[in-house]
Amino acid sequence: MPRIGVFVCQCGNNIAATVDTKKVAEEMKKLPGVVYTCDYKFMCSSPGQDMLRQAIKENKLDGLIVSACSPHMHEKTFRKAAEAAGLNPYQCEITNIREQCSWVHHDTTKAVGTVKSIDLTRMTIERLKKNRPLKKIKIPVKKRALVIGGGIAGIQAALDIADGGREVILVEKEPSIGGNMARLSETFPTMDCSQCILTPKMVEAELNENITLLTYSEVEKVDGYIGNFTVQIKRKSKFVDEERCTGCGECIEKCPFKTESAFELGLAKRKVIYTPFPQSVPNVPVIDAPNCPKIQKDKCGACAIVCGPKCIDFKMEDKIVTEEVGAIVVATGYQLMPNERFGEYGYGRIKDVISGMQFERLASSSGPTGGEIRRPSDGKVPQNVVFIQCVGSRDEKKGVSYCSKVCCMYTAKHTMLYKHKVHDGQSYVFYMDIRSGGKRYEEFVRKAIEHDDAMYLRGRVSRVYEKDGKVIVQGADTLSGSQVEIEADMVVLATAIVSREGADTLAQKLGIGYDKYKFYNEYHPKLRPVETVTAGIFLAGTCMGPMDIPESVAQGSAAASKVLALFSADEMAREPITAGVNKTTCNACWDCVTACPYSAIERESVKDRQGNIVKWLARVNEGVCQGCGVCVAACRSKSVDLRGYTDEQVFAAINSF
Amino acid sequence: MKIKLLKEEIESASIHHLQRISGEDLKKCYQCGNCSGGCPVSYEMEIAPSQVMRFLQLGKIEEVMKANSMWVCVGCLQCYSRCPKGCSVAAVLEGLRQTVLRKGEDFEKISKIPMQFLKNAPQQAIVCGFRKFVS
Ligand SMILES: Cc1cc2nc3c(=O)[nH]c(=O)nc-3n(C[C@H](O)[C@H](O)[C@H](O)COP(=O)(O)OP(=O)(O)OC[C@H]3O[C@@H](n4cnc5c(N)ncnc54)[C@H](O)[C@@H]3O)c2cc1C
Ligand code: SF4
Ligand code: SF4
Ligand code: SF4
Ligand code: SF4
Repeated sequence: MPRIGVFVCQCGNNIAATVDTKKVAEEMKKLPGVVYTCDYKFMCSSPGQDMLRQAIKENKLDGLIVSACSPHMHEKTFRKAAEAAGLNPYQCEITNIREQCSWVHHDTTKAVGTVKSIDLTRMTIERLKKNRPLKKIKIPVKKRALVIGGGIAGIQAALDIADGGREVILVEKEPSIGGNMARLSETFPTMDCSQCILTPKMVEAELNENITLLTYSEVEKVDGYIGNFTVQIKRKSKFVDEERCTGCGECIEKCPFKTESAFELGLAKRKVIYTPFPQSVPNVPVIDAPNCPKIQKDKCGACAIVCGPKCIDFKMEDKIVTEEVGAIVVATGYQLMPNERFGEYGYGRIKDVISGMQFERLASSSGPTGGEIRRPSDGKVPQNVVFIQCVGSRDEKKGVSYCSKVCCMYTAKHTMLYKHKVHDGQSYVFYMDIRSGGKRYEEFVRKAIEHDDAMYLRGRVSRVYEKDGKVIVQGADTLSGSQVEIEADMVVLATAIVSREGADTLAQKLGIGYDKYKFYNEYHPKLRPVETVTAGIFLAGTCMGPMDIPESVAQGSAAASKVLALFSADEMAREPITAGVNKTTCNACWDCVTACPYSAIERESVKDRQGNIVKWLARVNEGVCQGCGVCVAACRSKSVDLRGYTDEQVFAAINSF
Repeated sequence: MKIKLLKEEIESASIHHLQRISGEDLKKCYQCGNCSGGCPVSYEMEIAPSQVMRFLQLGKIEEVMKANSMWVCVGCLQCYSRCPKGCSVAAVLEGLRQTVLRKGEDFEKISKIPMQFLKNAPQQAIVCGFRKFVS
């Protein structure tokens, strides 16, 4: 006969208001196998836990039930207490009589709540009788990390992991790391030059012995599970031998062909052999193959002739490399919504309507105008500039419903940069709300208005059109209740931040979730903000949603600390609530393989002594299994069971109802 | 109303003059509306105190000059005591009055005030009225 103890918690008045806990305890005492019951004000308090430990010892309990709040809250607490008293922790089960009972019933006579609590607790007792002691699963951990995306978030994560003494592979799809931050001129709220604060980190990442930079590369395939991932990375051909290139730039100098610079967003051209920007890391040029006549039609080859160390190889091919890592940080960043979608703002039609990011390039001293604000159409210095906020953001019909979070701030920054460079210029900002929540952010916006004379107008712009070389902007100022018209020389659109093209494909390779905008989902938006539902894969920066540099950096560091914590032990302990396949009844239909959302089920062959395959079986990889139970439901031959929730246990519970 | 925004108006001499004589920086007002909310006579004004500030920010001083707001203001300083940015609409309205009065254009003609009214009104009110309405 089992020796079971039942502890009913009052949770102050949370449970006791609608459940007669004393009665529940008394009723449970009558059940066979139950040798001890009690009720108490706060079971989770220290005295509550003491009581529990003592009762286990004094009554020689071999199993116990705490009828209290959701197991999400205190299952761990009570299992720890049981373990301290010498029990297998999985012999402790929780009945949820708060969220699923007392909170949903308002009957203060306690009739309903008490009956229901008795039923629920009895069911758990019957389930407990069929429990088997379980042991935590131990998984070996490979102490190397992969970081995908070399923007500021990815760089920070890589640096912190490397400083923690672990190896990092940083994969970046562009020829240089740096991401969007490399494009910015000055940064709010401190107005330090973006390159000046970013490039030291880029160089540090290049020089750090623990970091391997794989630029111009993309992740092709990810297999395995926490502690044990196998990743295939495609290294696109640069046509330049990275090891030998000295970065002298002779080749770039001599290349006779030019094409649109993606980095400069259509504001300038670059050579066919190029580095995206002067401070690129690594400082190794790549050849843009589709635009290179040598590669396409065997004409030219000028770069190879001038290259001193002879590191140009027009025959170089893409390569796949395989790396084994224990953890992955995803930091693939954002892009901007194409402005062409908003015809009323004239983007693409009117040359002097540009995006906020293009304005950054105009203001940047390393940009196409050397930092002078000159409009694209005729290179004139604009005297009246209109900035339009929330373009595509907070626009359920044509854009996205969310707020892009950084554009209020960077628009204020733009008006300041503009005023600092064009002293007699006038800037206008159309806004709906000014969102400047952040340390010293509100003060920053006020400074743009009060000190740098930005004229803020509360309202949206409805039309932008050209007339006699001017860009006419028509909108509203709801503060004065007027329709307003401005004859502008240039218009800057603060377009919505959206997820990267291909963000969904990468998520599918990694097995992580994403929302309807293809931003990656965190495990818990408040309490586990840099973890994903897939153990061992972490997130940092704007791949999760719009955020600014301080937040991206903080997340990079947070993800790194998670990785280092994982790497702090040789083995990792995991909850043993995992599925297991009955080898004698499995008929290899693979329904479970298809059903498992975590790809945790593998096909295993059984061989005879001669090595011939005689049978196939499904096998659960305990490292990957999250214990969701989908396979149990999918298996038609009833060959899969979930430890801790076996069919036997579940039926026992149901039958006792 | 449809208005055309012009840098020349936003930074016009009359706006700068008004800022100088009132000692107020119009740009500081962030349009919270607290002044209009607290003003005991704003319901009588054609343009409420916060909107006076707004039109002046936009450089539309003419709009404000046409309205009765500056003459309705009783100078109680509620607006100033409530303003979270420390702006005094009272001072701005006083500035506006002064730009009119200093041209010698009286708002009230003393000779036209009925004797009976002068006899009954408290002396202080009369003195204050002189200060506010005549040059
Ligand atoms: C106009 C504008 C002005 C701004 N100004 C400021 C400012 O003044 N201050 C401030 O704090 N913030 C500012 N921001 C926000 C700032 O740009 C971001 O917070 C920051 O750059 C986010 O960094 P990240 O690393 O998350 O993303 P990103 O910079 O986008 O970096 C992601 C990196 O991942 C790489 N990548 C993407 N997909 C893959 C893949 N599949 N495989 C490998 N690599 C991949 C990309 O090439 C890129 O290098 C501004 C934003 C805009 C649009
Ligand atoms: S071979 Fe291609 S990259 Fe080299 S110089 Fe000619 S065009 Fe430029
Ligand atoms: S940050 Fe400001 S401009 Fe950007 S979407 Fe949000 S409210 Fe609009
Ligand atoms: S001083 Fe004038 S504007 Fe200000 S609250 Fe008093 S009456 Fe209203
Ligand atoms: S209270 Fe001050 S800040 Fe608010 S609207 Fe009036 S003057 Fe402007």
